[in-house]
Amino acid sequence: MTYTNFRFELSDEGVATVLIDRVDASMNTLGIDLIAELAEVVERLEQDDVKAVVIGSAKRDFLAGADIRMFSGAVTADTAIKGLQAIHAIFDRIEALHLDAGKPVVAAIHGVCLGGGLELALTASSRICSASPRTQLGQPEVQLGLIPAAGGTQRLPALIGLAAGLEMIVGGKPVRSYKAKKLGLVDEVTPPEVLLEVAQKRALAAIGAEAPERGIASKLSSDNLQRLALEKNPAGRRLLFKKAYDVMMKQSGGHYPAPKRAIEAIRIGAEKGRAAGVAAEIRFFAELVLTPETAALQSIFFATQELKSDKGIDSDAEPREISNVAVLGGGLMGGGIAAVSTLKAGKTVRIKEIDDAGVARGLAYVNKVVTRQAKRRRMSSFEVDQILNRVTGSSTWAGFAQTDIIIEAVFEDLDLKHSIIKEVEKVVGENTIFASNTSTLPITAIAEASGRPELVVGMHYFSPVEKMPLLEVITTDATADWVTATAVKLGKEQGKTVIVVNDGTGFYTSRLLGPYLNEAAYLLEEGASVEAIDEAVADWGFPIGPLLLTDEVGIDVGAHVATILHAAFGDRMRGPDMMAGLIKDGRKGRKNGRGFYLYTDGKRGDVDETVYDALGLGPRVRVSEEEIQERMSLVFINEATLCLQEGILRSARDGDIGAVFGLGYPPFRGGPFFTVDQMGADVVVAKLEALEARFGERFAPAQILKDHAETGKSFRK
Amino acid sequence: MSPSKKARRVAIIDGLRTPFAKSGSAFKNLSTLDLASGVVAELVARSGIDASTVDRVVYGAVIADVSAPNIAREIVLAGPLPDSVDAYSVSRACATSTQSFVEGAQSILLGETDIVIVGGADSLSRPPITYSDRFIDILMEASAARDLSSRVKAFSKTRPRDLAPKPPAIAERSTGKTMGHCAEEMARENGISREAQDEFTVRSHARTLDAWESGIFDSEVMAYPIPPKFTETIVRDTIPRSDTTMEKLATLKPVFDRKYGSVTAANSSPLTDGASALLLMDASVAEALGYEPKAYLRSYAFAALDPNWQLLMGPAFATPLALDKAGMTLDDIDLIDMHEAFAAQVLSNVQAFASDKFAQQRLGRKKAIGEIDDAKFNVYGGSISIGHPFGATGTRQIATMANELDRRGGGTALITQCAAGGLGAAVVLER
Ligand SMILES: NC(=O)c1ccc[n+]([C@@H]2O[C@H](COP(=O)([O-])OP(=O)(O)OC[C@H]3O[C@@H](n4cnc5c(N)ncnc54)[C@H](O)[C@@H]3O)[C@@H](O)[C@H]2O)c1
Repeated sequence: MTYTNFRFELSDEGVATVLIDRVDASMNTLGIDLIAELAEVVERLEQDDVKAVVIGSAKRDFLAGADIRMFSGAVTADTAIKGLQAIHAIFDRIEALHLDAGKPVVAAIHGVCLGGGLELALTASSRICSASPRTQLGQPEVQLGLIPAAGGTQRLPALIGLAAGLEMIVGGKPVRSYKAKKLGLVDEVTPPEVLLEVAQKRALAAIGAEAPERGIASKLSSDNLQRLALEKNPAGRRLLFKKAYDVMMKQSGGHYPAPKRAIEAIRIGAEKGRAAGVAAEIRFFAELVLTPETAALQSIFFATQELKSDKGIDSDAEPREISNVAVLGGGLMGGGIAAVSTLKAGKTVRIKEIDDAGVARGLAYVNKVVTRQAKRRRMSSFEVDQILNRVTGSSTWAGFAQTDIIIEAVFEDLDLKHSIIKEVEKVVGENTIFASNTSTLPITAIAEASGRPELVVGMHYFSPVEKMPLLEVITTDATADWVTATAVKLGKEQGKTVIVVNDGTGFYTSRLLGPYLNEAAYLLEEGASVEAIDEAVADWGFPIGPLLLTDEVGIDVGAHVATILHAAFGDRMRGPDMMAGLIKDGRKGRKNGRGFYLYTDGKRGDVDETVYDALGLGPRVRVSEEEIQERMSLVFINEATLCLQEGILRSARDGDIGAVFGLGYPPFRGGPFFTVDQMGADVVVAKLEALEARFGERFAPAQILKDHAETGKSFRK
Repeated sequence: MSPSKKARRVAIIDGLRTPFAKSGSAFKNLSTLDLASGVVAELVARSGIDASTVDRVVYGAVIADVSAPNIAREIVLAGPLPDSVDAYSVSRACATSTQSFVEGAQSILLGETDIVIVGGADSLSRPPITYSDRFIDILMEASAARDLSSRVKAFSKTRPRDLAPKPPAIAERSTGKTMGHCAEEMARENGISREAQDEFTVRSHARTLDAWESGIFDSEVMAYPIPPKFTETIVRDTIPRSDTTMEKLATLKPVFDRKYGSVTAANSSPLTDGASALLLMDASVAEALGYEPKAYLRSYAFAALDPNWQLLMGPAFATPLALDKAGMTLDDIDLIDMHEAFAAQVLSNVQAFASDKFAQQRLGRKKAIGEIDDAKFNVYGGSISIGHPFGATGTRQIATMANELDRRGGGTALITQCAAGGLGAAVVLER
């Protein structure tokens, strides 16, 4: 028998080996065609000559999950329910092979086994996986606004227990082989080369044998027994679900329906049995698939995928190979850039600092980041040595001649950057790229000191570099395309999602902060309290409010940026004058322990009530949450669309990604442009015009918004 | 690599070392490999060489680390050099890195390589400690045991004295004498007074401190930030002391022969941690790549003598051989840099250099090697004042001399060491 998407083989002893091999694809995913054919395969497995089954993959990965495009676009609740029921029927039949027909089914997992892939594996009587670092098992559906709905919410907790099941499904984080074994998710971890052979032997040996005790019940560690005891009694279970719910609310701010539904489906299954649980997961899935949050998350996912293959330029110039990276300044940013350059990108890195202590500070930062990763990823001490030995530092210019790219992260000072660029050009080769990590200075202004402006580009990282996913690459009119493409490629190697923007004061991301932080100040001036502003904005979905953000960034830094933006964009970006009072009062934010909030021993406390005096403000009045949210979000969104209109942004997609990954714009809102599409440009324009009438030009809607309102065109399609 | 038509010539492009620190102090948490990797990574970075063009690394350490017996290869694998760089390790006691240098040079001369990194290191802060033979037998038996009870049985044979650790021996295996005792003997036989030894020590420290003050070492010693906290960066050797005076030295008790001896902790080289390395190239390759060599190899020689005689007289045996090969006499040499294991050893060799009798009796030559002119001799101090990480000293000396020839814009330099086992090494550089 031959199939299109499967390889089938039956041994003399009756062990059937089914290898998933999706036709015309490099990756196995669950699409409609594959599912239809799986039904035929199962029919074959049900025949008497098959005594045992091994399910594996003929590709690099086991099965990466459902083809998510299957669920976007023209899905209705009805079609989703029908599709899922069909999958359930087939998965149940696979399970029945061992439960009813006594045929052992072993899943042999190497590589990615996610979503529907893991749900398929869960139907087997036993799972084994390879010890490869590539191997990972998980239910990441919540990250795309969905839940596992091919039995995952039921079979996974049944196998590994409620607590672990909740964590994997609600958290959405995949686990690696050793963790999978510890959880009882797999029964054995083998070297990748012998995985299939071991699976076949296991299947053969299990024919006719008593079915082994399933899941965690078979593990006698006191840890597991304790967990089991907790899960078996209703009070204990309630406690578990409450804890899962609290953790989820804390992590997501309650903005995401999927993790809530995931918990609910698991709970229903645990309390009312498998059939009720299955019905719930299907129903919830059909509901989630149509929510705006899911659409937003998926649009971010697709945009990120697209950016992976975007060279960042419109010509066909090719990026050049980078092997040596130099970082000027080993401070907070320089240290982070050095760390991701060696750790993620595997480059040789040289740090230049003003003195030995500066070099040491940079190296210490790298060391800290690498050691933390080493623990998490279980790196060997050899790997750690390798990563750390790639980084050297110097307080002199010795050893910079060979660098392919210099990334400067010295103090934010144009004169300093000018003198640095001149020094650099004396020591480096003719093709060494000079990238600046400035957050506000126009790259064109920096490039004025350069004899080779075509090699000057902006690489704007976010703090902390090793954690923040975005890199904003900034090009001037003079920047050569190969230089831009090389910066983009390096950024991707450093593990970043990269957008390319044109030069302009504040580029894209820093510029957005201008009107946004000003608006927070105006609200303060009008009498809103610090708490009211920050809470309203956090409730809207930003990770932190604007005033807390100012404390984090540094009030002095914020004021500096505000001055620059005001100078560049005029009164539209003028903030209230009272903010100068904070500087006069010596408030710099978290770094000197004095800001909008109180700090004791570096820990943040409540709002510092004396801040109003420093601002020369009187008692607080109530400003409604809606008012705050509307003004803060619309001023932000409007500025984003202006950036598109002025050609700072190459696309609305980049604008959404930049806002979400760089500034914490709520992912479930998909980015400012996605939000406009969902609200309707006409609605946005109307609201802005109403605000303009009240507050003046800072709310004047962008022309591009008015155009879209007119034509009904959307930004993101 | 095929030998080019032009005669090949070994060029020293650059040399670098870590600061040297007394064992158990600044570098106490670093292994020999850590120090070696650090210095090689920095040498590669500073020289600006394309790492993939390095053909080979030859490196050595005297106290081998059982977890990294081929230290040269470990340096490559865990550092910025690509895995395709060949590497092997050598050992020749205190002349170990001179041996690395010579091997690198030979492979260049043979046309086998064009670009080589050589060097040596030792960290005596973490020496491998072993146990008595009896306890090792017990451990082996226990680890071979298949069940708990036989393991317990194996251990039950342990006696307290079995547990006393055996630090690595510093005594000569053949004679059973430590180097310090040999130095004492040499002092006695050659009539080197305590005072002369202390004077030489004061001179050493003063010259090393001067060199640091005048920036001589700045380009050849890297700043070494101490992991994992990096709150401390070692930028200078920690051994040279400005309070080294005759009065102060006179207060020290002899350590090897407490009653009648003259060798003290001060007039001997201390146990030291550190690493050094050189970048070598064939001269025409250096020219093609635009490197300005600091110096070139003129000749080298090794010699061996009966360890029962004056163990540390190696320099006086190896030097005439190297001079012969160079077609030179001692008068043709502008700088002499002799490893200072002990002041007594240095002064004994100086004496032997000048002695016709020594030349006739020991070298079978009519005339003495030559009188050493103090102005040319150990101009920036030596192992007594800088320190002596066994494996690192040879390439440390070569780097300093190459830089000095570069500064002087020409001349010749002799670098020589004594080594355990009665060995001697000598290298002649020219510019
Ligand atoms: N902190 C952030 O959140 C953030 C985010 C994006 C961009 N930036 C930008 O990154 C740059 C650096 O910011 P940071 O937060 O890392 O500052 P920082 O003060 O932590 O580090 C600056 C480092 O530069 C070194 N330095 C100064 N002059 C130098 C010189 N001439 N040569 C070599 N090193 C020199 C200093 O010793 C210091 O260690 C600034 O341009 C800043 O605007 C900062």
